[in-house]
Amino acid sequence: MTEIKTLADLKKKQEEVKSRIDLRNKAENPEARVQVKVAMATCGIAAGAKKVMEYFVEELEKRNIDAIVTQTGCMGYCFAEPTVEVILPGKEAMVFGYVDNVRADEIIERYIKHGELVDGIIPQNYDTIEHEER
Amino acid sequence: MHILVCDGTGCRSSQSGLISEMFRDELLRKGLKNEVQVIRTGCFGFCEKGPIVKILPDNTFYTQVRPEDTAEIIDEHIIKGRKVTRLLYLDPDTQEYVSDSKHMGFYKKQLRVALRNCGLIDPENIDEAIARDAYQALGKVLSEYTPEQTIDIIKRSGLRGRGGAGFPTGLKWEITGKNPADRKYVVCNADEGDPGAFMDRSILEGDPHSVLEAMAICGYCIGASNGLIYVRAEYPLAVKRLKVAIEQAHQYGLLGEHIFGTDFSFDIKLRYGAGAFVCGEETALIHSMEGKRGEPTNKPPFPSQSGYLGKPTNVNNVETFANVPVIILKGAEWFSSIGTEKSKGTKVFALAGKINNVGLIEVPMGTTLREIIFEIGGGIKNGKKFKAIQTGGPSGGCLTEKHLDTPIDYESLTAAGSMMGSGGMIVLDEDDCMVSVAKYYLGFIVEESCGKCAPCRIGNKRLYEILERITKGKAVPEDLDKLRNLCNVIRDTALCGLGQTSPNPVLSTLNNFIEEYEEHVFEKKCRSGQCHDLLYYVIDEEECTGCGACKRVCPVNAISGEKKQPHIIDQKICIKCGSCMEKCQFDAINLKNEYKSTTVSV
Repeated sequence: MTEIKTLADLKKKQEEVKSRIDLRNKAENPEARVQVKVAMATCGIAAGAKKVMEYFVEELEKRNIDAIVTQTGCMGYCFAEPTVEVILPGKEAMVFGYVDNVRADEIIERYIKHGELVDGIIPQNYDTIEHEER
Repeated sequence: MHILVCDGTGCRSSQSGLISEMFRDELLRKGLKNEVQVIRTGCFGFCEKGPIVKILPDNTFYTQVRPEDTAEIIDEHIIKGRKVTRLLYLDPDTQEYVSDSKHMGFYKKQLRVALRNCGLIDPENIDEAIARDAYQALGKVLSEYTPEQTIDIIKRSGLRGRGGAGFPTGLKWEITGKNPADRKYVVCNADEGDPGAFMDRSILEGDPHSVLEAMAICGYCIGASNGLIYVRAEYPLAVKRLKVAIEQAHQYGLLGEHIFGTDFSFDIKLRYGAGAFVCGEETALIHSMEGKRGEPTNKPPFPSQSGYLGKPTNVNNVETFANVPVIILKGAEWFSSIGTEKSKGTKVFALAGKINNVGLIEVPMGTTLREIIFEIGGGIKNGKKFKAIQTGGPSGGCLTEKHLDTPIDYESLTAAGSMMGSGGMIVLDEDDCMVSVAKYYLGFIVEESCGKCAPCRIGNKRLYEILERITKGKAVPEDLDKLRNLCNVIRDTALCGLGQTSPNPVLSTLNNFIEEYEEHVFEKKCRSGQCHDLLYYVIDEEECTGCGACKRVCPVNAISGEKKQPHIIDQKICIKCGSCMEKCQFDAINLKNEYKSTTVSV
């Protein structure tokens, strides 16, 4: 890993990682990878997020779906843990609540493979600080 | 296309279940079953205008949809592509219909500043944090601002300590900065101990870099090159992620020697707390880090003068730190434009208790309790009646119906008899007994009191005993006066903030729910049926067949009655073992919070 020595270095690094993430997010081609984020804070793990994450990792590989499964922090929907966010290439992020292995299977088969929504979506109900051009 | 129908508790109670069924039927009839799907979703957080129906992909947001509207939505919107205007949300300010939920006011009820990256980035990958601006503020401060300029930004932003007391952060930094010393320390207080609170844990687990970055900025401002995070050992995941984050920041040279090629060096180490509540108090926290007993000492000297190892030390809470980088990047004016006159920015709350959407929320200061409970929180569980909300943890108090429209900020919560505290909010409904709630918090205090000063150590124990007498029905009328007097004495004489605020749960329930206390004391009755000793086994005369099974099983012969005649329980003899209720095959014996004294046999 190269050290970041100046603010310009950091901005360069940011561009680099941003474009990599953007590519994941916005790519129009269907070959682009699916992102699955599992909320893995203490609350989520206690509700079984670890098992769900393992299930996603194993099943997506078995079913030959090119996807990145990552962990993330608490999304704030503690009432609906475990929660999983799925970003299909070129689409807005979708958050699913109460995900167990059965529901995970449904998400993979119906949403990830065919883009059909499944029950249990949690609508985003907050605003976050937007990045302004500096 | 998708039709999303809210299936949250609020909307479900206004027929959203029927609405989604009717959508499905109508689609089937029109032969659109394969093109359009009906999906049930979680709560949109806009229960006030429910049931909510949202159409994708065009993001149309319909409010207060009735079952009879479903056909129109399908005919007009789905088939002809025309929005059903009368069901759109009418903006109360502009009197215009808004079709896209993203432009609606309720979306702005929650604004995530401290939680900006929580649930969005992988906390164990610094690149994802960098993509979302991590360490930009540190770079900007080091290359463009002097420490004084930076402190000035924080001061102008109006940021106040999020740990509970609300001390202005910029001022704290300035004072610590001005105290000369060869070594200074930046300490992050991550000793979150209020029952039901998990704000700090979520930030550390979801976005550790925001805290590390802010600590380095603080170090630059006050002239410190050492940072310490005091985190409780009960947060193993937060500890693990902090370790990973510190390691990765070192690899990039964002912590360590000569950060951003300047002379500024900063390193952060972890210190583990054993989970004592009092160690959240800054002097106790510092003693604990020094390896001494976690007991508070009198202030002054303040930690800013003589803190860790006798050196000037700046202690801030996790959430306070998490706000800092955004303030630097977006400016003091941006931050101070959010919130109320004296309380700027946002506050994270952990919503728990009898509420539908238990969770972590962040709202601008000045949001009312009503908005939090009934809109974001989705209302009370199982359609019960709201009774009180406990804020501020064991040092806070209970607020009631009449406080629901109080805008949340440091001053107004204190004025209402509670406090901001670190952000735990526990919602109580009609089934909760306020005396038991006060007793619960006091029990917590008795457990956690460090024992250094007599008012807290002995006084709270006595308070607890009085409350116990009340809930057991053994209290005498004088106990109520004693309770109040003792509360005032503890508040006036305890050594530290924890002790001084410890009677608050009792005082606030005494002030707001005196009738419940009086019922317990005078009528020996607990209206919510929580105090087991104030419940009575009563035989229902209508249901009782006079079989005598209860009479035979009663170990103290409290039950009498002729065969085939309704039996009665003598409450004076009954030891409330419950055997009779278990034995009764006709569900004739019930636990009640009062009994007709006329039916007691003599």
